[in-house]
Amino acid sequence: MTDPTPALSARRPSRRLGRQGLVQLLLLALLLALPVAADLTGHPYYVTLASRLTLIAMAAVGLNLALGYGGMISFGHAAYFGLGGYVAGIGAFHAFDMTPFLGGIPGSDNLLVLWPIAMLACGLLALAIGAVSLRTSGVYFIMITLAFAQMVYYFANSWPTYGGQDGLPIYLRNQLPGLDTQEPLTFFLICFVGLVLAMALTSRLMGSRFGAALTMARLNDTRLATAGISPTPIRLVAFVISAMITGLAGALYADLNGFVSPSMLSWHLSGELMVIVILGGVGRLYGPLVGAALFIGMETLLGGLTEYWQLFLGLTLLGVVLFARQGVMGWLAGREPHA
Amino acid sequence: MPEAVLALEGLHKRFGALAATDDVSLTLRPGEIHALIGPNGAGKSTLIAQIAGSLRPDAGRVLLGGVDVTGESVAARARRGLGRSFQVSSLAEPLPAIRNVMIAVQALAGHSFRFWKPVARDPRLVEPAMAALERMGLGHRAATPVAELSHGERRALEVACALALRPRVLLLDEPMAGLGPEGSAHLTELLERLKAEVPILLIEHDMEAVFRLAERISVLVAGRIIAHGDGDTIRRDPQVRDAYLGD
Repeated sequence: MTDPTPALSARRPSRRLGRQGLVQLLLLALLLALPVAADLTGHPYYVTLASRLTLIAMAAVGLNLALGYGGMISFGHAAYFGLGGYVAGIGAFHAFDMTPFLGGIPGSDNLLVLWPIAMLACGLLALAIGAVSLRTSGVYFIMITLAFAQMVYYFANSWPTYGGQDGLPIYLRNQLPGLDTQEPLTFFLICFVGLVLAMALTSRLMGSRFGAALTMARLNDTRLATAGISPTPIRLVAFVISAMITGLAGALYADLNGFVSPSMLSWHLSGELMVIVILGGVGRLYGPLVGAALFIGMETLLGGLTEYWQLFLGLTLLGVVLFARQGVMGWLAGREPHA
Repeated sequence: MPEAVLALEGLHKRFGALAATDDVSLTLRPGEIHALIGPNGAGKSTLIAQIAGSLRPDAGRVLLGGVDVTGESVAARARRGLGRSFQVSSLAEPLPAIRNVMIAVQALAGHSFRFWKPVARDPRLVEPAMAALERMGLGHRAATPVAELSHGERRALEVACALALRPRVLLLDEPMAGLGPEGSAHLTELLERLKAEVPILLIEHDMEAVFRLAERISVLVAGRIIAHGDGDTIRRDPQVRDAYLGD
C-alpha cells in the first residue's frame, strides 16, 4: 500500500456527524435555546442559572484537560478558579476606589484587560505549582495540588485589604466595550462564547502533535520517553493551559455573582469540579458540559426539596463510576472514537 | 576496526550487598548483532536499564556513537538514536497501532510543542509510520487498537516503534519472548535483514535465534561477563556450558 491515508480515514466520514456529533450539537443548541427562551418569557433567574452552568462547565473543561486528557488528577483547580475571580474582583475594587494596586498599577473594570491578566496570573501560578507537583504522581500528586490550593485559600482568607474571609463585592459588573454586561442574556452569551472557545481549543489541542504527546504521556509515559519526548514538560504545559481556562471561567464567575470570596478557592469547589468531570466523562470533550448540567440541575431541582440533595449526586456518581466508565457522555454518545 | 556505536565501559551497579552489574564492558559495532545471554537473575534487566537511561550506574560509562551519555535521561538518549523494545510490551493499548509509531516519528521530526495542526492526516507523520509498520509486516493492522493485536504482532509493533526513530542502535530486550516457533522464525528473518542497517544489541533466551543471528555473544552470569566470542566459542566454553547451557 503506497497511500496509507485511506486505511486510516475509512472510519472518518461516519464520524463527521455520527451519534456523538448529533448529541454534541443538541447539547449546545439546548444550552443556547433555554436561556434565550427564559429571557423572552421574562425569567431572568433562569438566564443567570444558565450562565452559572456555563461557567462551571468551562472551569471543568479546564480541569478536564489536565485530569481527563493528561491523566493529572488535580485536586486543586479551585486555586485557579478563585484566582481568576480575585483578579476580576481586585480590578473592579481599584477601579471603583480609584486607588492603585500594590502601590502602582491602576485598577480596571475593562474585561479585555482583566481577562488576559486573570489567565496570565493563573498560568504563572500553575507553572509554579505544576513544576513542583509533577515531580510526583498518583496519590501524592492529588495531595500536593490540594495542599497548594489550600495555601492560596488561607492566603486569601487572611488578606484583609480584599475582604479576607468576608470576600470582596463587585458593585458594578466589569465592562466589555460596546456591550451591556449587566443585561443577563448578554452576559450569558459572553459565557457561552467562552465555553465554546474553551472546548474548541481543547479539541484542536488534542488533535495536534502536542495532544498526541499528552495522550501518550497519560497512556504510557515510558513509550513517550523511549520515543525521545520527555513527558514532564508536555504535562506541565497542559497543566498551565488547563489552569488558564479554569481561571478565565473564575473571572467570569466572580462578575456573574458580583462577588468573590475564599469559597471560590476552597477544596469543596476543587472536588465539585472533579465530580463534574467524572460524571460527564473523563477525557470527553463534552463531558464537563454534561456533568455541569447534571450538577446544576440536581442542585436546582432536588436542592429545593431537600438540603440533602448531594446524597442523590453521590448516588449518581456511584452509578457512573460503577457502570459507565466513560461517564454520562459515553452513555449518550457511545465510546470515544480514536484516530 | 570501525568505531563502536555503543560502548559500555566498566559499568558497576550494586543493590545493597548484591552486585547486579559487576564491571561490565562491551561494544556494539556497525552492521552486527551482538547478543547478550544469561540465566534468570544474571542482571540483564539491570544492565538494560543502565543502557537505556532509566537507571544510573554507580561507576563506569555508557557511550553512544562515542559520546558519553551516562548522565542523560531516557528521552535524551532516544534523541541520540537509541531505539529499544521492551521485554514486556510497553505500548498504548487503546490507541491504533499506527499512533504508537507516529509518536516516534513526531519525536524524530522535532519538538512536540505544536498546538494547532492536526496529526491524524499529516503525511509527514503518517507515511514514515506506515513504512515502519510495513517493514514489520503490520501494514494491514495500522488502524487496529493495540489491545486487539496478537502477542506476536505486539512484539513486531515494538520493533516498528523503535525503527521509526531511525535509530543508530537497537536495543532489543527478549523480542522473541512468548512467540511460538513460527513467530520466532519470522522475527529472526526480519532482524537478519535489519542488522545491515542498524546494529542490534539483542538480549534473548531463544538460543536457536541467538546462534543464528549474532556475530558475537556475551554471556552474563551473576552480573559479570564470563565469556565473549562468536557462536562456536560460546558453545564450546566450559564455563558457559556449566553456568548456562546446562549440560
